[in-house]
Amino acid sequence: MNMTTWAEVLPLIFLAVMGLALLAYVILDGYDLGVGLLLPLAESKEQKDTMISSIGPFWDANETWLVLGVGVLLVAFPMAHGLVLQALYLPVAVMLIGLILRGVAFDFRVKAPTKYVPFWNRAFFAGSLLASASQGWMLGSYITGFDKGWLGLAFSLGIALTLPAAYILLGAGWLIMKTEGELQEHAVRWARRVLWPMGFALVAISAATPLVNPGVVAKWFSVPEVFGLMPIPLSCAIAFFAVRWVVTHPNVVKAGYGWVVFASTVLIFILAFFGLAYSIFPDIVIGRMTVWQAAVSTGSLTVIFVGVAITLPVIIIYTIYMYRVFWGKARALTYN
Amino acid sequence: MDALLLSRIQFAANISFHILFPTITIAMGWFLLYFRIRHIKTRDPAWEEAYYFWTKVFALSFALGVVSGIVMSFQFGTNWPGFMERAGDIAGPLLGYEVLTAFFLEASFLGIMLFGRGRVSERVHLAATFLVAFGTTMSAFWILSLNSWMQTPAGFEIVDGKFMPVDWFAVVFNPSFPYRLAHKLLASALTASFLIAGLCAWQLLKGSATGGTHKALRTAIIAASVAMPLQFLAGDMHGLNTLEHQPAKIAALEGIWHTEKSAPLTLFGIPDEAAGTTHYAVKIPKMASLILAHDANAELKGLNEFPNAHPPVAPIFWAFRVMVGVGTLMLVVAWASAWLLWRRRRLAQGSMDLPKPALYVLAGMTFSGWLATLSGWYVTEIGRQPFLVYGHLRTADVATTLPSPMIAVTLTAYLIVYGLLLITYVGVLKYMAEHPFKHAPEAPHGAELGKAGV
Repeated sequence: MNMTTWAEVLPLIFLAVMGLALLAYVILDGYDLGVGLLLPLAESKEQKDTMISSIGPFWDANETWLVLGVGVLLVAFPMAHGLVLQALYLPVAVMLIGLILRGVAFDFRVKAPTKYVPFWNRAFFAGSLLASASQGWMLGSYITGFDKGWLGLAFSLGIALTLPAAYILLGAGWLIMKTEGELQEHAVRWARRVLWPMGFALVAISAATPLVNPGVVAKWFSVPEVFGLMPIPLSCAIAFFAVRWVVTHPNVVKAGYGWVVFASTVLIFILAFFGLAYSIFPDIVIGRMTVWQAAVSTGSLTVIFVGVAITLPVIIIYTIYMYRVFWGKARALTYN
Repeated sequence: MDALLLSRIQFAANISFHILFPTITIAMGWFLLYFRIRHIKTRDPAWEEAYYFWTKVFALSFALGVVSGIVMSFQFGTNWPGFMERAGDIAGPLLGYEVLTAFFLEASFLGIMLFGRGRVSERVHLAATFLVAFGTTMSAFWILSLNSWMQTPAGFEIVDGKFMPVDWFAVVFNPSFPYRLAHKLLASALTASFLIAGLCAWQLLKGSATGGTHKALRTAIIAASVAMPLQFLAGDMHGLNTLEHQPAKIAALEGIWHTEKSAPLTLFGIPDEAAGTTHYAVKIPKMASLILAHDANAELKGLNEFPNAHPPVAPIFWAFRVMVGVGTLMLVVAWASAWLLWRRRRLAQGSMDLPKPALYVLAGMTFSGWLATLSGWYVTEIGRQPFLVYGHLRTADVATTLPSPMIAVTLTAYLIVYGLLLITYVGVLKYMAEHPFKHAPEAPHGAELGKAGV
């Protein structure tokens, strides 16, 4: 395909923006949701408070990346938006109710009468679980092209179990960075426990993907592509064993290398994302609609492009600034 | 019930729940900025107490607004796929700019505003407070621009059934936008004012007032007594604009069944759409023509001119009367409270307490802004029916093709969640007002400030 004209390039730019927004969402809200999934394992009220205060200043902005991702789908690819969201109607509703529960629990658990704190802690966990499992289900369902057969459903179920596990690893990695003492030791243990199940599930999903989506085989296993693509699984394996090394050697964490867990998990997410993107491109709804078919008019895309080109760098700058302000170990949550 | 009706109920339930919270936070952001500036100027700890207490109310309201807003961004696609397919070229950029210029701004700086006190300098913290207020207002700007465009579409042409933008300035600043924006921002100012005044009055009644209570109460009453008359002015101009662009809406909300000159104003009555008349109507001669056209002899178009293209009469007839009635009550209460404050101040040299009955009235009107806002939105949104884009695109043509039992299930789930959240929200506000010391400022001191070096 000759890709020289603005009209052909512009949808690709928006595909990239959408993909990066969703990747940012999965990583950023992923650690939030992971911390939410780990909340019931904390031993004391203080530990729970510290866990939540470690994500308190960030969750809201993190969730906004989801709005941007879905927003770009809505704005730039309205045809795909309606098709995808109608096909995923029920899991979307479950995710939204999960996000509602989780989001309001942040505030209610510190503002409601003290006797309700355990209830809102449970709501926080339940909301995180509903949201992360339904996101996994949606991803699985999307990859299978919304296949309603038993294979498609089993595949979706597999990812619905795997994504929360991956979020837990991410959340544990976040807690290793942001906390100290006993809670940090717990976080290392949590990461150690979830690591193998998650790794196994990731391999199983990768192996099953060609079954549910035969087009993938040709893209990955033809020569010379297969050699160019080898770094993706190899890097994943290296990142996996880096995590394993850190969580099985407490002295490494004590020496200040706890961040390796989070960084390696993020790397696995990024690699999985690019692997997936490579498998699907240039379709936006697998087997049914390409990026170009789904896009709105070039004129409207240009109008948004100007906005994106100006505001997205600014958003990234103040997001980095915000993370810098809250750099370092989390303290108990006060509105200071 | 069919998918169209269920989708409409679901979207209406969602947007009704959602709008409650932005209506509070849009104006409350500016209240917070004012409290902050007053504290920096006077160093009176009472202003800081006011800032901290209301920051927490703001955070709670904001969180509810965020989570229900995310639901909406999905429901465009799940329930109204046809809307974005047909009007996506116009609605898309407007929504996109809202996310890019408002959502990230408010969400990011909210974190610094709420939790950044010990980590950033006073100046940066003040800037964060400003950016949160600015972000919420920008959000209102873009979403109201889109909403107004759906009411009074402009700057477009229709190509192959799709709305294509021709003149973006005309799209954004479409005919009803300036009026709707002014009307909405004032509605937010009033809702926040009455919420603040009402909770402060409750604190005074329950003996849980702090120094900040008096400051916030006074600020809120003054803001309400200035905003309310402006709101009547903005509402009147908005009405004139609607008469020009959407005469069917005016005919329905006034209950004008047939075109007539020197139309009377129906104060009350029971509209009967099947019979095409208003039973037991109490009317003031020539008044409708005078109010709507500023000319007692003007001709007003009746519903008979819009066969199959006018909204259902009863809901907006009633909603309009609720809105105007609540607004009038708010005006009386705001002015009376302001007068009482002014008189007391002169008599007792700075004693700011209102008499008990006045406090009870204010506490009773804590959520009056919600009632007026919701009825106002029902007037304008139901008044747009049967169109989605007024005059061009019918709501029925863009609804989802999903099976209705599926929508019924999610609708039930949303209604339960929203109902419980609403009860909890009100209960928690009451609890916070009664236990302000649990939520007292824990302000960092001296060396703590600015230690992150930024």
